[in-house]
Order: sequence, then C-alpha cells, then structure tokens
Amino acid sequence: MKGISRAGWIRLLVVALLLLALEGACRAGWIDPVAVIAPSQMIAGAWHLLASGKYTRPILLTLSNVAMAAGLAVATGFAAGWLLYRLPRLRRAADPLLASYYAVPTFIFYPLFIVLFGLNRWPLVAIGFIFAVVAMALNTLQGFERVPRVLRRTARAMRLSTREELVRIVLPSCAPHLFTGLKLSIVYSFIGVIAGEFVLSGAGLGFEIAFAYNSFDNATMYGLMILLLGFVGGLNMLLYSWERRLYLRRGGR
Amino acid sequence: MSAPARQAPRAPGSRAMLDKLLLAIALLVLWQLLSLLAGPEVLTTPLATLRRLGRLMADPTFAAHAVETGTAFAVALVISLAGGLGLGVLLGAHRLSGEVSEPLLVGLYSIPKITLYPVVLLLFGLGMSAKIAFGALHGIIPVILFTMNSVRNIPHVYIRAGRAMRLSPAQMFSGVLVPASLPEIVTGFRLGFSLTLLGTLIGEMFASQRGIGYLLIKSMENNDTGVLIALALLLVVLATAASWLLLALERRVHGRFES
Repeated sequence: MKGISRAGWIRLLVVALLLLALEGACRAGWIDPVAVIAPSQMIAGAWHLLASGKYTRPILLTLSNVAMAAGLAVATGFAAGWLLYRLPRLRRAADPLLASYYAVPTFIFYPLFIVLFGLNRWPLVAIGFIFAVVAMALNTLQGFERVPRVLRRTARAMRLSTREELVRIVLPSCAPHLFTGLKLSIVYSFIGVIAGEFVLSGAGLGFEIAFAYNSFDNATMYGLMILLLGFVGGLNMLLYSWERRLYLRRGGR
Repeated sequence: MSAPARQAPRAPGSRAMLDKLLLAIALLVLWQLLSLLAGPEVLTTPLATLRRLGRLMADPTFAAHAVETGTAFAVALVISLAGGLGLGVLLGAHRLSGEVSEPLLVGLYSIPKITLYPVVLLLFGLGMSAKIAFGALHGIIPVILFTMNSVRNIPHVYIRAGRAMRLSPAQMFSGVLVPASLPEIVTGFRLGFSLTLLGTLIGEMFASQRGIGYLLIKSMENNDTGVLIALALLLVVLATAASWLLLALERRVHGRFES
C-alpha cells in the first residue's frame, strides 16, 4: 500500500481550507443563512437526522429502488450487449441510436411512466433502469469485442466447447469492462431515481430534500444533502478504486 | 465490365442504410403496437402525436416557452464550452493543479447533481439565472475533463517548439494547445452539449413557471398525455439530430488529425 501522494495532500488541504473559509464566512454573517449554512451546522443536521430515525424509511426506500433499477439494468444490459455482439447487422444499424442515446434527457419520460405505472415506486425504478441499461449494454459489447483474438484461437486450439470458452476465456477477459458497466449502472440508477423523487414523487430521499427546501428547513435540507452526497461519493470512490485495480491486474499480466 | 465494378463498393453501404431504415420502421411499428395495447390515454399513436405536436407548435404561447428554454440552454452552453475549455487547458498545462483537481471533478461528475439544485436556487433566486447556472454546472465538467486529458497528452516537442518561438501565453493557447488537442475537445463538447440540455430541462421541471420542462411537468399534472408525448418526441428528435451532427464533426476531426 502506498501512502497519499503530494497531490493528494494538497487536495486535502484545499478542501479543508475551502470548508474553513465557508465556516468563517457563515459565522461572521457574510453569507445569508437563508441561502447557505455553516458546514458544522450541516454535519450536525445530518447527525440529528440519522439519530432521530425519522428518515430511515425514506433512505431505505430510495436505496431499494436504486438496487432494483441497477439489478434489472445489469441483467438486461448484459443480455442486450451479448445480443448486439452476436448480431453484427443489428449492431451496425443501431449504432447511431446508441451513440446519441445519452443526448436524450431520459427524464422527459418520467411523467409517461407515472401514467403507465401509477404514482408508486415503479416509475422511479423504470427511470433509473432506462438511464442505466444502455451503459451496461455498451460496456458489455465493448468487452466482448475486445477479447484478444489470440485468446480465442487458444480456446479453439485446446478444443474448448462453447460453454467452456465462455466461462474460462471470454468472461474473465471482459471482466474489467463488465465491472465498468456495473459501476455506471449503479451511478446512473442513483441519478435517475433521485432526480425522479425530486421532481415528482411523494416519498424517498430526493422528495425529502425538495420538501425541506419548500418549507425553508435548511438544517434538514443540507443535512440530507450531506448524507446523500457523502454516501454516493463514498460508493463511487470505492467502485472507482476496485475498477482501477481490475484494469491494472489485467494490464500487468 | 464497368457497371458491376462501380456497384460492388456501393452495395455494403446501401445494405447498411436499408438496415437502419428497417430498424426505424420496426421502432415505429413497436410504438404503434404499444399504443394500441395500452390505449390512447396512456400512449398516443405516432400519427396522433405528430398532429398534436403540430397544433402545439402553432400555439402562440408555445413560442415563449421555447424561447425561454432556448435562451437558458444557449447561455449555459456558451458558459460550459468557453469556461470548460479555458479551465481544462489551464489544468492540463499545469500538471500539479490538474492532479489536485481531477478526482474532485470526477466525484462531482458522478453524483446526482439534482440534489444541489436547491442550493443553486437559493444562491441565484428563482428564474433564468438559476436555470443557466444549473445547466452550466452539468455541462462544464465533461468539457474540463476531456480538454485537460488531451492537453496533458500533447507531445512535449510541440510545447518546446512554441517556447523556442517565444510565444506569449495567449499565442500558446490558440496556436499550440487548442489545435493539438482538438479531437478530444470536440468529444468533450458533444458530452457537454447533451448534459447542458439535461441540466437546463431538469432545472425547469422543478420550481419554475416557464419553459419546456415546465410544460412537461404541467401536462403531467393535468394528465394531458397528448402534449406530454408530443414534447418528448420533439426533444428526442432535436437532441438526437444535434448529437448526430456533433458525432459527424467529431469523426471528421478525428480522421483529419490521426491520419
């Protein structure tokens, strides 16, 4: 394990200084407390929220929605990526659509899903799913396409069956790409579900933040924000470092 | 002799076109079938949607909403592209500050930024400037990240040559750094474009009284499926067309620089 690099120390210092400056400016009254509250108050707010237990249900609801959306997206995206790999004609035809998929703001379909599924959790799961599934499909496709030809030839030379080739050669070889797809699916599901809750929903973390904003309850609003962003940021960093290790291991061999 | 020789290279291209056409038709048929299955009050048919869109665009109040969204999007896009280019080149040219800021930018890129929207509203107030700020917040980060990485990978000879010619920082920026990293900058612009549009629309869906995003939310609250799907179609077509144009530009720039 290597320690923190020089850039890492400077980064910590910069972030700490910024937080201190914000804290000082808020304490001195230079910033309107209606707009931004001091970081220490935000953290105190977050702690109160967790301790009170009042927000346990919305948090669990949001997390279970994200988990369902991401799970469905990973399974469907993997199948779709494999299908596109096996059907090159379909792949070429769908290429321009896939390339511009993320240019379309998927959230515009959220109201449509409410009409389709009703005002419950399924529109949120659906919006997280359609936001995440194409990232998984594209990464699966890329992984299958980038299996080195020499590995395929080795499999044939060893007379592996199709199933053995898949399990022993193809899947291990595209594991890093699959992991990237998994990571993006989780991140995108989060973004989709939270945004949906925020704009039009009656429950969940995103809704609670919007509700606190509408009732000028800054301590709750910033507390919830800190909790959510801290959790998602921590999860991202964890996934990011796993991903790097996977790619490094493959590159090193 | 000459006729088949001329036809041969054209055949794969026309087959690919045929495939694309078939896919488009299949999607349309799927839409029609779904709307027949679900009923017109849930999903209108393609033809009815087009008609509804035509009537919607003829409505005089629609133009005001479209102009509101268009203006917010255009200003946010200019801020994202110009600001992202400037910051990206600076962070790419100065290695240490790039290393310091890159993980922070990647982190900001992958969190659900909608949670920060109340802060933006509190800082900028309700209205146009909050929408612009929120759109730019979405779009600027990919432009910075792509520009920074491509400036970092510029061959060192170019920069030494620029120094040998005693270029001023401004000349270095416009004469060496930007042209040498143009292909990746165009890729960053494409991502920045779609994310800025996303940010602007989400900004309008929450706490807003005007714009396309507001129309979307209002038609949902009124249970007006016709308008909803017509607007969705309009946005999908516009976003896809813009993305294709930028993708074509990107391929041309990449081809020119990498040959």
